[in-house]
Amino acid sequence: MTLTVFYLLSALSVFSGLMVVLSRKAVHSVLYLVFCFFTIAGHYLMLNAQFLAAVHVIVYAGAIMVLFLFVIMMLNLNLAAEAQKTPWIKISAVILSGLMLLVLVASVKGAEELSAAQPQNDIGLVKNIGNILFDKYLLPFELISLLLLSAMVGAVLMGRKEPQPQNE
Amino acid sequence: MNITLHEILIFSAALFFIGVYGFLTRRNMITMLMAVELMLNSVNINFIAFNKYLWNHQLDGVFFTLFIIAIAAAEAAVAIAIIIHVYRHFKSIDAEDAVELKN
Repeated sequence: MTLTVFYLLSALSVFSGLMVVLSRKAVHSVLYLVFCFFTIAGHYLMLNAQFLAAVHVIVYAGAIMVLFLFVIMMLNLNLAAEAQKTPWIKISAVILSGLMLLVLVASVKGAEELSAAQPQNDIGLVKNIGNILFDKYLLPFELISLLLLSAMVGAVLMGRKEPQPQNE
Repeated sequence: MNITLHEILIFSAALFFIGVYGFLTRRNMITMLMAVELMLNSVNINFIAFNKYLWNHQLDGVFFTLFIIAIAAAEAAVAIAIIIHVYRHFKSIDAEDAVELKN
């Protein structure tokens, strides 16, 4: 049962990931990416990270992807068909990523099988995560808030309209 | 039948290299950014899987993933601001149109 769900979710996310990369229109890419993120949240649920699945859906599918959609609609990208790279670049990209995938899969296959640790299904719940987050990981948590603040300031500065240059 | 660690690792590797392929072949800056997000997510799956299979009594992998998600949010915001700036400057978000440094 779990194996079936796992294979189904994997197939769906690999398919939607491929469609993100292959579809011509940017809006379609964004929608496929949202779907891919939902399937990845399903993977998190199966890996006993319930809180993380919720955070993933809220932050990625809810915030980042909406930002992408807004920008695509603001910049009006669907009017002009996107120029494609030359076939040579595509072929070499396929060869490069395929070979690296092959090496990685081969090394994983050759590794010895690990027995799964004792299942603890409730460790990913909010209570445990909150206890450790505000104890052991307090400093990184605060640093992340600083990082987000500086990113916000940087984004506002960068996105602001430039003042018109003075004519002499 | 339980899911083995190998299957999760192979799946996330496939997702990662889909992202690599997209980053190399697309010219639209926003799609390139989406490919990067795909790569970040496959790494997150690896962290969670290793946390479940090897380090089950602790939550360190979950916190790594949590911080990666926060950093990805900051990165997306700054990158989109840069893309909007590039669009105002070059009137296009094609990565090969932004060639001012080339000459």
